[in-house]
Amino acid sequence: MKTFSIGGVHPDDKKISAGSKIEVLPVPKTVYISMAQHLGGPAKAIVAPGDRVKTGQVIGEPTGFISAYVHSSVTGTVKSVGLRKDLAGIQVIHVEIETEPDEWAEGIDTSDTLVTEIPQDRQFIIDRIKNNGVVGLGGATFPTHVKLCPPPDKKAECLILNGAECEPYLTSDYRIMLEKTRQIVVGAALMKKVLGVSKAVIGIEENKPEAIKAMSAAVAELQKVSQDYSGIEVQTLKKKYPQGGEKQLIDAVMHRQVKSMGLPIDVGAVVQNVATSLAVYDAVQKNMPLISNTLTVTGDCLPADRQKNYLFRIGYPLSYIAGYNGGVPAEAVKIISGGPMMGKAVSNLDAATLKGSSSILYMTQEQTARKPESNCIRCGKCAEACPMGLEPFLLNKLARNGMMEDLEANAVQDCIECGCCLYSCPANIPLLDVIRVAKGEVIRAMRARTAPKK
Amino acid sequence: MNRILVSPSPHIHAKTSTSVLMRDVVIALLPSVIVSILYYGAAAIGLLAASVVSCILVEYLITRFMFKAPSTIGDWSSSVTGVLLFLNLPPSCPWWVAVIGAIFAIGVIKMTFGGLGQNLFNPAIAARVFLLVSFPTFMTNWAAPKGFLGVDAVSGATPLGIVKEGLAQGLTLPEIYAQHDFSYLQTLFINIGGSVGEISAIAILAGFVYLLARKVIRPYITLSILATVFVFSGIFWLVNPDQYTDPLFNLLTGGVLLGAVFMATDYVTSPMSDKGGVIFGVGIGLLTILIRYFGSYPEGMSFAILIMNSVVPLINKFCKQKKYGR
Amino acid sequence: MTTTIIWTIAIITLLGVVLAVVLYLVAKKFKVEEDPRIDEVEKVMPGANCGGCGFAGCRAFAQSCVEAMNLDSNFCPVGGNDVMKKVAAVLGLEVKEKAPMVAVVRCNGTCANRPKTSEYDGYQSCKVKAALYSGDTGCFYGCLGCGDCVAACQFGAISMDPETGLPVVDEEKCTACGACVKACPKRIIELRNKGPKNRRVFVSCVNMEKGAVARKSCKAACIGCGKCEKACPFGAIKVEHNVAYIDFEKCRLCRKCVVECPTGAIHDVNFPTPAVKPAPKPAAPAQVATPAAPAPKPAETAAPAAEKPVAPVKGTEKEVEPEKKSEE
Repeated sequence: MKTFSIGGVHPDDKKISAGSKIEVLPVPKTVYISMAQHLGGPAKAIVAPGDRVKTGQVIGEPTGFISAYVHSSVTGTVKSVGLRKDLAGIQVIHVEIETEPDEWAEGIDTSDTLVTEIPQDRQFIIDRIKNNGVVGLGGATFPTHVKLCPPPDKKAECLILNGAECEPYLTSDYRIMLEKTRQIVVGAALMKKVLGVSKAVIGIEENKPEAIKAMSAAVAELQKVSQDYSGIEVQTLKKKYPQGGEKQLIDAVMHRQVKSMGLPIDVGAVVQNVATSLAVYDAVQKNMPLISNTLTVTGDCLPADRQKNYLFRIGYPLSYIAGYNGGVPAEAVKIISGGPMMGKAVSNLDAATLKGSSSILYMTQEQTARKPESNCIRCGKCAEACPMGLEPFLLNKLARNGMMEDLEANAVQDCIECGCCLYSCPANIPLLDVIRVAKGEVIRAMRARTAPKK
Repeated sequence: MNRILVSPSPHIHAKTSTSVLMRDVVIALLPSVIVSILYYGAAAIGLLAASVVSCILVEYLITRFMFKAPSTIGDWSSSVTGVLLFLNLPPSCPWWVAVIGAIFAIGVIKMTFGGLGQNLFNPAIAARVFLLVSFPTFMTNWAAPKGFLGVDAVSGATPLGIVKEGLAQGLTLPEIYAQHDFSYLQTLFINIGGSVGEISAIAILAGFVYLLARKVIRPYITLSILATVFVFSGIFWLVNPDQYTDPLFNLLTGGVLLGAVFMATDYVTSPMSDKGGVIFGVGIGLLTILIRYFGSYPEGMSFAILIMNSVVPLINKFCKQKKYGR
Repeated sequence: MTTTIIWTIAIITLLGVVLAVVLYLVAKKFKVEEDPRIDEVEKVMPGANCGGCGFAGCRAFAQSCVEAMNLDSNFCPVGGNDVMKKVAAVLGLEVKEKAPMVAVVRCNGTCANRPKTSEYDGYQSCKVKAALYSGDTGCFYGCLGCGDCVAACQFGAISMDPETGLPVVDEEKCTACGACVKACPKRIIELRNKGPKNRRVFVSCVNMEKGAVARKSCKAACIGCGKCEKACPFGAIKVEHNVAYIDFEKCRLCRKCVVECPTGAIHDVNFPTPAVKPAPKPAAPAQVATPAAPAPKPAETAAPAAEKPVAPVKGTEKEVEPEKKSEE
């Protein structure tokens, strides 16, 4: 069984909500659609208060090369366009819409019929992906059309679909792999077509045998239908965090390693999440913009009957979803959007959901509170755990002393912020907290150095 | 909802902590401690109490009254040093020697560098060497007190000491063995003379297996020491079995096992990477055998560990693990 | 026996001589030619190597002074004018005097004024906290309270006040090196004119949110109402992005703004008496007429109101006595 070669940790699986089917959330009275739902330049709002918008209508246009369209997820009247706090309390432009019953914009196929025929026009697929605002749903929300159009001097060899879902607790990818199996495979075939690659690997961790079975069956079934599905295979991966990290997945599947500061395309790989694949399917085959996604509501302190996977539309406030689910449990002290290893702690529950929202995770004091830091005992567990082969104990010391050159020499810029070091440190040293900031500073310094040469 | 906690990711932590790791080391030392108490009796209990209590006390006093910081005795590391110090003393050693050893180990070797994690040398080993140099009479008098098993204690020098002396008198090894009636079986279960902790190889190996099972240590340092001692002494032995002791004898005597399992694997004073650990282990093995065959001290393990401790920063600098994509 | 001793002494002496010669030759061969004036300038520097001047240390500063052969862009904030005069004397240059500066913390977000909305549980560093989220209060702009400025200060001039949760600058120790200004991720700390008799007036808030929002997150926030801007007879106050800023070059310390400010966001420090509203209207134009001595005026008008509780300004007590005498 394949896995990545360096480091990694084995946190408890805790896929408590794995058994609950995806439920559709009803539309709330008001939605707040953020204009910064993707990596790169935030979209520019093109609606004004008083405008009437339909579901799926464009309300934000991309600014710059790396940016994406934003669509209205509901039908209704624009109440305001202005600053609103996101989940970290940072002010971002949101479009506030008072909702009415759904009325879909022109040209969107809202039926459930599976479209398996792959369009042969590459540009058509790319335009659909771009115009429907598809972004990577694995965490980074990088605009998908940019990733699928590598520079001409680089050739993609293999598409990797990330179904690892290596973060504990999260089950949204698992659920879509069970419930939207064929759509995901069609999405993979579409991306394969765009990239012009002959091979696509769907990597799934061994702790999801049912997903592996379902996906394999769907692939086999579709391969009988059309030649376009040849070369797609399901690969079982060993359970180890961070298997779903882009660089780790490439190492696991292709046994190649991306050079420092390089991109996956440098080794001929393009990695997309299974949820992105589903969004690509909707965008291309149904002309459906990315306005909804699946989100897990879970946590040990949540009763079993409230462990849910919901289909939400972008712009629903987190507090609305939490309230629909029965409210925030009393024991919860921390609410995380995303997994427990890389997710963001929510300081403002009124924040709206984004394209990339994947969970509302409740944590109790005992589970999550940091313990007081003590002396480093030089056990080397952080270095052993680091999937990038770095030495977090050293980077921590260098960062605290502001030694920028040494930080760069010790490859702080390669850190993927997976959290393995802090997770495994017996002395509770906040390694990643310190390293993350140092990494940002070093990368800024490196960019500043190379910029004038261009 | 009354509180909202916010922190950077990750939001969960492995259930490890310094105190759990150190407690595991103490548990791994228990078989050796129990065997030694059974064999050496009340004297061993007194010695154990003296070294452990004084290690903890010294650490407490220094952290509270010199560092003016919260006490760190809760992390169990001073207890580990205390037990290790006890296992490194001869059973007949007076209790106050153990107290001096504890003051030196914790007060000088550990705390002057800033406490846990900062020291360059393994405190217990450094204290043993300090006592060996300062109190040679107590530290090389292996007259064993009577224990709970009722076995008659053997008094006299350690096997290595006997060998060294015999060789100095111009005897060959078979002659020495014949005189003193050594058997390997004896060293496996209940040793002849030596430090308290050398008493039983099986007890030490049980601790080693426990440490590995709990993932407290990785096996590279221990195995590379044992392999080096075996191979290196084996070469000499093959060349001249009359002059040089055989590999198995070298493994089972003179604290090689105790040092390789518990002392050399100390986190603080051993290299971080596995590759560095192997270099460290090979160095210890070579130095031990060189001291035994050509030096004036019969055993050599503690000196070898101390010397290699001092090159750990250098090893750490040059032995880095492979980085992704580089 | 004696021969051994003699031999030992002889060999060691010989070794010493040979090595001394080698050392001498090596030193001669690899000698780095440096302008001797760099050493001289370095001698008059404070030697704290704080980097406040923008150079790596005092020697780098000295080198730059010598190379540039003018002191226009170089200034040692720690040593101030005295040191710069000495540097100028060494190099035979002119130096422009600079008014002494002091670090000023511009945040009113005490624990009482600014209720906490969440608990921060990560590494106690403002830099880390700022990168993570808006902070544990409703105010995105305010002090994060982890003490990066305290750690950055090489002169022990900043400490955290446990009661308010805000840093406090000891103006005696502050050398205005600017290390804290750089360390603060929220850019709250500013180097301001120390002012005559250390008296200063400044807006202790940098919240750029609209008034209502700012007020909601902090009782003592600047709400950008502009009253101070109108009240200022010297045009020293500008309200931009919903927050007022007092230009210390123009401020004459009349303290009209302090009185006007509805939230108490404008602070006056080291004044002997609290600022009060000048009761008779004509007092204001009179002040404009005599800009040479603007400070005593409010003090005089304040005199009848001396019964009022003294404003909680630290360090005022000492200043009171000499102040009375200076009001000629």
